[in-house]
Amino acid sequence: MTFSTILAEIFYIIIGLVFVAVGVKALKDPSCQKKPTTAAFWFVLAFTFILGYWLPKWVTGLCVIAIAVLTGIKGVVQSKSDVPDPEQVRQRADKIGYKIFIPALCLALIAVVVATLGDKVPDLKWMTSNNAIGISGICSLVIAILLVKCSPKFAVTDGSRLMDNVGPIGILPQLLSALGALFTAAGVGNVIANGVSAIIPQGNHLIACIVYCVAMALFTIIMGNGFAAFSVITVGIGIPFLIMQGANPVVVGALGLTAGYCGTLCTPMAANFNIMPAALLEVRDKYAIIKSQIPVSLVMLVIHIALLYTFAF
Amino acid sequence: MEILKLIGVVIVVIGFAIKFDTIATVVIAGLVTGLVAGMSPLEILETLGNSFITNRTATLFVLTLPVIGICERYGLKEKAIDFIRSIKNATTGRVILIYQAIRTLAAAFSVRLGGHPQFVRPVVVPMAEGAASKYGEITDKVSDTIRGASAAAENYGNFFAQNCFMGASGTLLIVSTLVAQGYEVTAMQIATWSIPIAVISIVVGVARNLMLDKKIEKDIKKEGGVAL
Repeated sequence: MTFSTILAEIFYIIIGLVFVAVGVKALKDPSCQKKPTTAAFWFVLAFTFILGYWLPKWVTGLCVIAIAVLTGIKGVVQSKSDVPDPEQVRQRADKIGYKIFIPALCLALIAVVVATLGDKVPDLKWMTSNNAIGISGICSLVIAILLVKCSPKFAVTDGSRLMDNVGPIGILPQLLSALGALFTAAGVGNVIANGVSAIIPQGNHLIACIVYCVAMALFTIIMGNGFAAFSVITVGIGIPFLIMQGANPVVVGALGLTAGYCGTLCTPMAANFNIMPAALLEVRDKYAIIKSQIPVSLVMLVIHIALLYTFAF
Repeated sequence: MEILKLIGVVIVVIGFAIKFDTIATVVIAGLVTGLVAGMSPLEILETLGNSFITNRTATLFVLTLPVIGICERYGLKEKAIDFIRSIKNATTGRVILIYQAIRTLAAAFSVRLGGHPQFVRPVVVPMAEGAASKYGEITDKVSDTIRGASAAAENYGNFFAQNCFMGASGTLLIVSTLVAQGYEVTAMQIATWSIPIAVISIVVGVARNLMLDKKIEKDIKKEGGVAL
């Protein structure tokens, strides 16, 4: 193992420990309705993160199926967290003031600085982009604890509280990238590519850019989820018609996901962004948010196509 | 039967569309795709396990949660609300635009502001409607327009800027998807190339909210509200 891999595994072990903390929180909560299945979900997930590197791959495969069964039977619920008291938070905010933004800014800035150093300095190659996220997470945590002078145990309390807020859906990006890899291994990309090649004339970059962005948005409109659209359309259209034709993968990837979000803005399928807030804000027309967003979404989609065509090739 | 291989895509589309459990949907799609492609059960488990482990990068965002949680406990959200409340004499469009700008910056730094329930409803909507009331009485229709635009500003800021943060789950999804396909991209590169769209979304927001102000003024006056 190289030092960079060891460091990465340490970060995955820390993530695993956060999952363990969420599981323990569920076990300790007497009001938690689905204690055994909720705890089992977080512990199995923690197991794959902590030991995954050393385990036989089929064991992890079984764990993934176990995770899917537990969420599929709706066995995973949120347990009670130590939620900060609003009045206390107000008092603390008045005391600390705008300085409370410092740790949050550090989180982003340290990651950029560390990743840049790792990229430029040969001796610091172990500071990969991924490790930089972990390093900035730990450094900013220390800064936050020193700044607010709280007990370090709140790192666990608040880390597990937010993780539980995110819930099982937090591992969706990881599962979708895994699915994308499996699709490619099974040749799904080729099948889509063969179908789409009827629409995209060989070597026509502009039409390829249009089809890619519009397909991202359309798939997101149908599924209500930009992440899922991203993994399917990248494999089926992005790679064969853009990247393999010489487009820069960074530009294709970065613009692809936000092109998908243009679709999110137009769809009632993304109910938590577009429909539920309408009820929350007591809007009389439940589609008021979508109506407000459609013109902006179309303008942004056209801009995505233009940027992709200009900068990817 | 090449076309059969698309069954995984069909399962994902239908599963998400009928709101079946997302994680179960994705795993089922993977298993079925493996079977259709003629892989043995052990091969499928190994491929699934291997790609799950190599794609753990997509879950690195967890390492940012403790910091954000502690900042929230010590008043991060409250100070953001203080800031927007300190704005005086703004029009409806400007209130919404300023919120969109704050939300965009916050998303780029992975700061959670509480979204629709904790920020838009208690702060942005009252301020935006308050600013419109100088043209006259706010009708239900105008109120709907203002509330729709306020909620939309939250979504623009959230969607178009979140990938500027290296540790965002969307950024990590892009990285792990492309790396799994054999293209070595880094979170830093994706975050950098996400900046143009974030900036452009603000520019579009400026135009959108200028138009909104004109529309609100016209609508209120037309509805016979008393202009002050």
